[in-house]
Amino acid sequence: MIGIAASVADGVLVGAVYGLAAMGLTLIWGVMNVINLAHGAIIVFGMFGLYFLAAALGVPAYAAIPGVIVLGFVAGVALYWIAVHRVIGQAELMSLLSTFAVNMVLIGLGTALFSTSPYNIPVSLPGLTWEGYTFTGTHIVAATIAAAIAGLLYLLLHRTRVGKAIRAVAGNRGAAELCGIPTRRVLAMAFGLGVALAAVSGTLIATLFPFTILSGEAYQLKSFVVTVLGGLGNPAGALLGGIALGLVEGLMTPFMPVSWTSVVEFALFVIVLIGYPRGIFAFSRS
Amino acid sequence: MKMNRLCLVALAAMFAAAPAVAADETLTIGFTVSQTGSLNNDSVAQMRGFELWRDEVNANGGINAGGARYKVTFVSYDDESQNMRVQQLYTRIIVQDKAQFLFSPYSSGLVATAAIISEQYGKIMLTTSSAEQKTYKLGNKNLFQVYSPADQYLAGALLALKERDARAKIAFVYKDDPFSKAVAQATRDLAKADEMLLALDESYSPATTDFGPIINKVISAQATALLGGGHYADGATIARQLHDQKAGLKWVTLLVAPDTPKFAELDDAAVGISVPSQWEPQVTYKPDFGPTAAAFTKRFNARFGIEPGYHAAGGYAAGLLLQHAIEQAGSIDPVKVVDVLNQVDVTTMFGRTRFSTNATEHGLQLGHQMVLAQWQKKNGALVKEVIWPNEAKTADILY
Repeated sequence: MIGIAASVADGVLVGAVYGLAAMGLTLIWGVMNVINLAHGAIIVFGMFGLYFLAAALGVPAYAAIPGVIVLGFVAGVALYWIAVHRVIGQAELMSLLSTFAVNMVLIGLGTALFSTSPYNIPVSLPGLTWEGYTFTGTHIVAATIAAAIAGLLYLLLHRTRVGKAIRAVAGNRGAAELCGIPTRRVLAMAFGLGVALAAVSGTLIATLFPFTILSGEAYQLKSFVVTVLGGLGNPAGALLGGIALGLVEGLMTPFMPVSWTSVVEFALFVIVLIGYPRGIFAFSRS
Repeated sequence: MKMNRLCLVALAAMFAAAPAVAADETLTIGFTVSQTGSLNNDSVAQMRGFELWRDEVNANGGINAGGARYKVTFVSYDDESQNMRVQQLYTRIIVQDKAQFLFSPYSSGLVATAAIISEQYGKIMLTTSSAEQKTYKLGNKNLFQVYSPADQYLAGALLALKERDARAKIAFVYKDDPFSKAVAQATRDLAKADEMLLALDESYSPATTDFGPIINKVISAQATALLGGGHYADGATIARQLHDQKAGLKWVTLLVAPDTPKFAELDDAAVGISVPSQWEPQVTYKPDFGPTAAAFTKRFNARFGIEPGYHAAGGYAAGLLLQHAIEQAGSIDPVKVVDVLNQVDVTTMFGRTRFSTNATEHGLQLGHQMVLAQWQKKNGALVKEVIWPNEAKTADILY
């Protein structure tokens, strides 16, 4: 029983980070109807961003996070103007191909620069031990930061003019234009925000596990599952969806081989798509 | 007439002035390398072993076969750690590039694919990094395994663990890939035969990134020892998370990952982790030909700036063995070279090599013995010591 509780608690902690990773994907998807297939590559660049800030410049791991957020935002805005801006409003395949191409460029560049060798950022924090099970300090801090960022995002979207503009454009771009909102700039900012969220989730993941340039694919897949669970364009739902996914993983593992985890996750993905196409945690839009 | 004589004189002058035609011929060896993909780290190490051997043999005038000297050239491509690419590229290497001999790609999975192609075309292939035995039990005639097979990998760890604690509760946690599963199967059989306690027996998907849930299962099973892993990325993550989660295991043996110098980046998480190794720089084999392990290590370090692991050593040994076979055969005729390889029973810097000539398992490595190495802290620095077998050890076991 204790083992199950420990597994569930651990799952929830990691799930919060999955949720943060998915927030960027769902924000972009919800605001501009673009499925960002470069999401995994951006998560990895967040990991490498932290590695070089921490290893090369000696910046303490968590202190580097604001820097990665800023760099991620700037990179996201640049990516928007280079690869996404012209395909918005076109056939959906165009945006898929465009972001897929960005993904291939980023992975290719990353492989050329860093090879596919694993990298590790040694972060050591005291954890909590209970009945022989340890909840590592890094997991607890990562989950806390993920929740804090989710809270800040909520405040940004619901309590600021910029956030209101983003939600207006997401709701009806034409109407937003008519109201004088510079929609192209808002879309660029939203994309930048989505990329920043993906990058910061990469930095948190890098404090938990070693990584390679190819590590992003697994988190991108989880992000899709979480996005469907939480509802498209629903960042709060994404956080809850991530926690729910972590909860499911934690509950399953004591009872079945871990190799079945992805089978169950994707079965859940299909069930939710069929039964709850707006997501389990979808809130009605005001 | 005058013009004709002039031409003849000019022609004679050309031949007189031209340098003597080079006596060297070229021997082409083909292989793929995982320059990209998940197997990159270890595959490149293997390739460096090949390259060092090639450069040394060419610097000494090439391979001497029956009086003719052959300069070794390589033709290699990036297999992207993918079976499909291995299939395409080995066909190209044989048919288009006309390689006369082959080295294998890295990993049991990729070698199994390459072996199908090499056997189809009747090409000799020396395999390094292929421990899975199944590949050699399909009726091949031209495959030769340099590494010890999979059933040897954890045999030493089990013996060493049994000596320490015959009642140890073992958790088998291994990657779901051909190599790791082959090792796990053989080890499971050995453990059962030795009546050792199995507390947990579980595989994980190669895509697994978080081993927290499995480690919680290990703790729940009250295991005192863990054997398994797969390759570098997952092995390094398991080691780190075992340390972070204070799993409290007395014995951890992981495949492949801890043998790489990069494993030391895990710092405290690496301490006590042991690894079955095909070779370590400290071994003191007396070679019948080629350099000693110490000399090879020095040359490799001078060339690449890092200490070689067993992947590099295996690559170098493959080159040595092929060279030896060609020189003994006095020819590059594959039939004669195969005959020599079938009779080989030699010691190199890599250890003893002898291949099975039984038709049902041709080429399986019979002579080579593995060692067990462990990361230990000495004067504050992480070093890898050989802890088993007793006759080869450089330090006592940390338990």
